[in-house]
Amino acid sequence: MALYLSKSGKFLPHFITKMSSLGMINLSSLGSCLSQNPPLLTEDGRTSYAAPGNDPTHFVCRRFGSVKADKLASISTNADSQLLNFPGGVVKFTPELKFLSDAPEERIHCYRVLDESGHLLTSDFVEIDKDIAVRMYKEMVMLQTVDTIFYEAQRQGRISFYVTAMGEEAINIASAAALSMDDFVFPQYREAGVLLWRGFGLQDLANQCFGNIGDNCKGRQMPAHYGSKKHNYFTVASTVATQIPHAVGAAYSLKMEGRDACTITYFGDGGTSTGDFHAAMNFAAVLEAPVILFCRNNGWAISTPVSDQFRSDGIVVRGQAYGIRGIRVDGNDALAVFSAVHTARKMAISESRPVLIEALTYRAGHHSTSDDSSKYRPIEEIEWWRAAQDPVGRFRKWLEMQGWWSCESDTELRGWARQEVLNAIQVAEKAEKPGLREIFTDVYDVPPSNLRDQEKSLRQTVQRHQRDYPHFQF
Amino acid sequence: MAASFGVSSAAVALADHAVKSSAFPLPSLTVIRSEARPISGRVNRSRKAGKISTHAVAAQTENPASAASKPGHEVLLFEALREGLEEEMERDPRVCIFGEDVGHYGGSYKVSKGLADKYGDLRVLDTPIAENSFTGMAVGAAMTGLRPVVEGMNMGFLLLAFNQISDNCGMLHYTSGGQFTIPTVIRGPGGVGRQLGAEHSQRLESYFQSIPGIQMVACSTPYNAKGLMKAAIRSENPVVLFEHVLLYNLKERIPDEEYVVSLEEAEMVRPGEHVTILTYSRMRYHVMQAAKTLVNKGYDPEVIDIRSLKPFDLYTIGNSVKKTHKVLIVEECMRTGGIGASLTAAINENFNDYLDAPIVCLSSQDVPTPYAGTLEEWTVVQPAQIVTAVEHLCR
Repeated sequence: MALYLSKSGKFLPHFITKMSSLGMINLSSLGSCLSQNPPLLTEDGRTSYAAPGNDPTHFVCRRFGSVKADKLASISTNADSQLLNFPGGVVKFTPELKFLSDAPEERIHCYRVLDESGHLLTSDFVEIDKDIAVRMYKEMVMLQTVDTIFYEAQRQGRISFYVTAMGEEAINIASAAALSMDDFVFPQYREAGVLLWRGFGLQDLANQCFGNIGDNCKGRQMPAHYGSKKHNYFTVASTVATQIPHAVGAAYSLKMEGRDACTITYFGDGGTSTGDFHAAMNFAAVLEAPVILFCRNNGWAISTPVSDQFRSDGIVVRGQAYGIRGIRVDGNDALAVFSAVHTARKMAISESRPVLIEALTYRAGHHSTSDDSSKYRPIEEIEWWRAAQDPVGRFRKWLEMQGWWSCESDTELRGWARQEVLNAIQVAEKAEKPGLREIFTDVYDVPPSNLRDQEKSLRQTVQRHQRDYPHFQF
Repeated sequence: MAASFGVSSAAVALADHAVKSSAFPLPSLTVIRSEARPISGRVNRSRKAGKISTHAVAAQTENPASAASKPGHEVLLFEALREGLEEEMERDPRVCIFGEDVGHYGGSYKVSKGLADKYGDLRVLDTPIAENSFTGMAVGAAMTGLRPVVEGMNMGFLLLAFNQISDNCGMLHYTSGGQFTIPTVIRGPGGVGRQLGAEHSQRLESYFQSIPGIQMVACSTPYNAKGLMKAAIRSENPVVLFEHVLLYNLKERIPDEEYVVSLEEAEMVRPGEHVTILTYSRMRYHVMQAAKTLVNKGYDPEVIDIRSLKPFDLYTIGNSVKKTHKVLIVEECMRTGGIGASLTAAINENFNDYLDAPIVCLSSQDVPTPYAGTLEEWTVVQPAQIVTAVEHLCR
């Protein structure tokens, strides 16, 4: 055991906490069996394991790595069978026929730093300096502006589709601000703010939404399905929750490299019902992968309210079910989100473990431009959340109380932001669309013969009917 | 390692197939072209004879490769796969393996045996039972620089991974505008075995063939198994490598020196004049068995193992059709929507003028594979049927 601890430095703190919390034996962590380089068999540590001539399967390794055979015997005779070393760990017996409750006595408490009027409720938060705080606010306003104007553009028929992050500005910006540029982001689709924070420009956003020649995705994806390798932001796919296992896989690759970075993945309350969420949580725990699993519990999955989505106390309670630490935060509170992500990131990297964050919030906008949420929820409810729990307003109040922001700055900022976004849209709208050639590129690294044939055939068709399709070009 | 594979030799090799690959820049390693005939006038002097084998024939009985270079060594097919995997893992530290029981257990067919001991439990990772999710993990790992090899314990289980394979593996390179590559290999045993039941006898190549963005190859001999494994790992595209449950214990002598085979090429198994028989994976052996009978009856079938299921090697296939004018496809897929169905369409479209008769496609019936041995046997194309079909075609 001791030899293993010294080799697997990363697992050390994790081990110790586990061992102390379980009291006597740590059997649950696979860390003792996982190592990047030294194989199980050839170390001196093998003699201390003393597996009886078998291949060290995980079960055997766990069992003998932690409890010597003689000690095992003494436990069972001394404590008169009050506990047993089952596969998976020591478990105490109970004479009571009692089922665990389906719900905790009280719902898990929600971490909050600022109240609705922007007053600090606690000193237990991660301090932010003025520059970051002001920048956070500006980006939140910019996100709001982008969402409003792009949504209007869709309504005007200028783009075909859009998803807003109304009500989730704090989640977007504060979480992004708490991460480093080296951390990989695996978004669902309501996290454009994270990309904005990382430096993706307004023009880039607009280009992607219009699918024009400036789009770095070459007109391949729906609007708001951004992706940028430069910014370590992985391309949005419409499939729900498929990014969660991706994030775990990427965390695995970071772990292999031993990098000072983690991955973060965002998903909604609806996404937690998928198989991918479950398996990814499980994998992340077993692998001890440095991933932050960020759930934006905004109450709605299109028209499905959370009461129809699951019956657990939200998502945070599921963390423990998988062996993952979790926290519930007020998603409309930028400081709370920042503190949670900041701390989670430290934990994830230094201890190489996954962390679950459930941010409670409200989807103040419609699911997307293809949805009218007034059809399934009262307008008063939407209005109330928008006004009373507006994350941007709350943060501004705090900033103003700090003396870091003012009304005039606000008007100026919003005016400027609006102008910038409108300009970006106008430029994007006028730009050319990608050539037809881009239908066939990037399917593979090099187009195979069937695609080359298909491209040739299309080219011929377009040329033959030039008059009918004057705008199409290769 | 890469330095020993000169771009020049690859470029010269291209000249042989100018029509096929005019716009096809090869990676900078020498890929062996498969030629059935002993090299006559087509010797490429610039091919480095030292480190790499210069012949690529993989026949059961004879192996000019072993004659031309060093004796080589005998391996079983699963060992050849393992050799390929191990060599690639040695060469590139980014290559890793995910799958159920691939670690200390060594994989359900022992393809990854010993690798966990050598490279550690993290690089040869035992995953919980969630195919969609560990395939998704592989996608994420691939996008961030690793080169994962995902094992489906049985190909049929990869149906659970369909979403990740089609929507993410196949698409993310495209939808990201080329920013993210997914160099994964997805492999596993498939096909009809010996009474494994319907769920363990799937032929996933039918279901996957439509997915844009992936490549599919099927190995059939130890030689091409190792070569395809290596090529698949080195490819920047997601590649699905189909192995067959019944072929893992095939024995063959393979070269000692390193070699890779082309992912997009078909293999000429037996040149002939009368009829082109296209097949792959296990059916290759049924075809060759039928070929023996056919030769005795005076026929001269040309047998091609298509190997590349997506895209088809229409160059090799086309040349054969132009020569024989008759095509018989023998596959294990079901009749509806199988590889044979697509291949029939592709040949008809491209080589219709050269056909003297409609293409005949022998496939399995559109039924789940039954358990009982007698029933199972007749859901798979038998050599007798192949002989009859050729006799009919060549009337």
